[in-house]
Amino acid sequence: MSDLIAAASAGCSMRLVRCSDWSWLSACSVGSVVALTSVVGATSLVKGCSPAAAIALTIAVGAGIGLLNGLIIAGLRMMPFIVTLGMMGVARGTAKWLADNQTVNAPKSSINNLMDMLDPLHFFPLPLGIWITVALAIVMVVVMQRTIFGRYLFAIGSNEATARLCGIRVGLMKVAIYSLAGFFFGLAGLMQLSRLTQGDPTVAIGRELDIIAAVVIGGASLSGGTGSISGSMIGALTMAVLRSGSTQMNWPDYVQEIIIGIVIILAVALDKFRQRKAAL
Amino acid sequence: MVGVRKSFGATHALQNVSFEVGPGEVHALIGENGAGKSTLMKILSGAYRPDGGRIEIDGQLFVPSDPWRARRSGIAMIYQELNLAPHLSVQENILLGDEPHRFGWLNRARRRASARDALAELRHDNISLDAPISRLTIAEQQIVEIARALIGSPKVLIMDEPTSSLTQSDTENLFAAIDRLRRCDVSIVYISHFLEECRRVADRFTVLRDGESVGSGDMAAVGLPDMIRLMVGREIQDIYPRIPHSPGKAVLELRDLRGMGKPRSANLTLHEGEILGIAGLIGTGRTETLRVCFGLDRIKSGSVLVYSRESTRSSPTRRLAERIGLLSENRKEEGLLLNRTLADNLTITRYGPVSRLGLVSARRQRQCAQDWMERLDVRAQSPNQAVSELSGGNQQKIAVGRLLHHDARIFLLDEPTRGIDVGSKVQIYRLLGELAARGKAILFVSSYLPELLSVCDTIGVMCRGVLSAVRPTAEWNEHTLMAAAIGQPDAASN
Repeated sequence: MSDLIAAASAGCSMRLVRCSDWSWLSACSVGSVVALTSVVGATSLVKGCSPAAAIALTIAVGAGIGLLNGLIIAGLRMMPFIVTLGMMGVARGTAKWLADNQTVNAPKSSINNLMDMLDPLHFFPLPLGIWITVALAIVMVVVMQRTIFGRYLFAIGSNEATARLCGIRVGLMKVAIYSLAGFFFGLAGLMQLSRLTQGDPTVAIGRELDIIAAVVIGGASLSGGTGSISGSMIGALTMAVLRSGSTQMNWPDYVQEIIIGIVIILAVALDKFRQRKAAL
Repeated sequence: MVGVRKSFGATHALQNVSFEVGPGEVHALIGENGAGKSTLMKILSGAYRPDGGRIEIDGQLFVPSDPWRARRSGIAMIYQELNLAPHLSVQENILLGDEPHRFGWLNRARRRASARDALAELRHDNISLDAPISRLTIAEQQIVEIARALIGSPKVLIMDEPTSSLTQSDTENLFAAIDRLRRCDVSIVYISHFLEECRRVADRFTVLRDGESVGSGDMAAVGLPDMIRLMVGREIQDIYPRIPHSPGKAVLELRDLRGMGKPRSANLTLHEGEILGIAGLIGTGRTETLRVCFGLDRIKSGSVLVYSRESTRSSPTRRLAERIGLLSENRKEEGLLLNRTLADNLTITRYGPVSRLGLVSARRQRQCAQDWMERLDVRAQSPNQAVSELSGGNQQKIAVGRLLHHDARIFLLDEPTRGIDVGSKVQIYRLLGELAARGKAILFVSSYLPELLSVCDTIGVMCRGVLSAVRPTAEWNEHTLMAAAIGQPDAASN
């Protein structure tokens, strides 16, 4: 279930940064950022922070990494792929360093309530964390479709040169969107922490692939300019069902990995196929 | 080709197109945007399959299935949009897909020789064979594209708007090359919006309208007005409608403006209600002058005054706030968000009027776009259509519409009529006149001298990065403009 949440919230932030080829690649660092933020949250609880402070710190670290990504990419005009790839190493390494290379067991706190399963007889028996994620996704749908900020993102994704010509501050927008993506990654880390009650620096390895698959299944084109939040939420759910389905069937890990790998290739092939159809 | 048809869903892109070209004949294919010329090209190159009709070469049925096979059968094509690999060198591009080789090993010496011969044929041996394409100007790139088509001695050469980015002297070279090809019995299909050009170069013509061939004949037998009437299906009385307007106070002044490369020096004063033309060869710094002035490129020295106030350091955001709009010469790569909707493209610089409480209203946006589409006579199915689906002329109207929606007071227009049909051109000329009459200021860059001389109040000429003194249009003619453009202002006097 935490898989689902992590993938869904990150997936929708992906979707949101997915407005161009530079941005979907920011998925490349999501797994390590989720690990780092969960470790930060757990460590701060161990050191005696209040749950509220721990939550704030967890999300702030995620957003901070996004901000840093954005500043480097926009400020130095670097290829996003390289920057996020580098950040992937930095975040993972920092997580291991902070956690002293082992999982950090956090004391029970109200953070765990986020992912508590409610009484199954309860109306809509979903934990609070999922509701928060769904609410944020709806907010993001509105932001992308209806606000000027969202329209500008689509414009940058469609053609950066045109966006500049139209007076859009492309650099500023990039910084904003990477920070927002970082915020969602921090949130995913928080969900992880809430569910496992521990910060694990080796968690979410390979999650990058899930997210790319989720976004492409959801209908975004990898080359930019199209896509929707609702689509990638569905994509994220699909990936989560695949994962938990494999677990329930008692398939070993490697089967899951093979299946997910194939799904990604199929999803990208589908993207190509759709583009070719659109071109005719 | 006989009775070729092609439909896309309910739209009949081509209904019944027939024409024939003899050996050594130059056949002009003319028609408005959306008349079906591009679809026809794509069928000939094998990109689309025709739904009916047949194509024959030398009496043999020809079924093009892909560009490579089309080329093997002797059909070479020069597309309107440049199709070059920007990182490869000139010679690599010219021989791309046709590299001389032996057992798979590239024969570099022969490649070099063939590329040099092809460029020499076009009288353009000044282009370095080893320069990467991305370093060339658009006109030079066009030359390379043409040189590529000449490789392998094609039987039929199809040219789609080959001169749209060429200067007059390059156009002359091209015509000379066409003449030489004609003498070698190559058949040439020449697609162009420039009717005068077609008259000069072609022996016969076919007019396409709404996907049908509506007339053909000998070039010499038919007058220009008749041809225009065939194209648009109605009479155009005046290609250059003249709407009276008079200049007011100065709104934009460039003082010794110098960019990082070009321009080296630009001085001009643009007034309200004035259309100021900038002539000159391609690559001499006209586009760069507009870009520097709009804050897209950096300024090295000199100053810009907007509404008589110093405003040298700038950015596109600030210029737009000053109600200055720039129309890019490169519609596809810079001017438009091709995969976004018409509505988005029209309203992106000014969402204010189509939003409420900070949220963009889809309904208002659609309404607003619909409005502009009607006023500019844009032919499209709906405001929610992607811009890429429109023809060149309609795309250009959307690009201009964005400046109108922005309610710009100063228009910087770079080649606003490039690659669009006569009907749309006339509409754009009229629009410029109306804007000037309403007190807007227009800076109009163009390579097409007749339009500059007919539309502008004043004209300056750019030569090697330096803008000449701006003088009233009455003091210029085509010869003096061209002489100034090539840096020989005295040559025209004799």
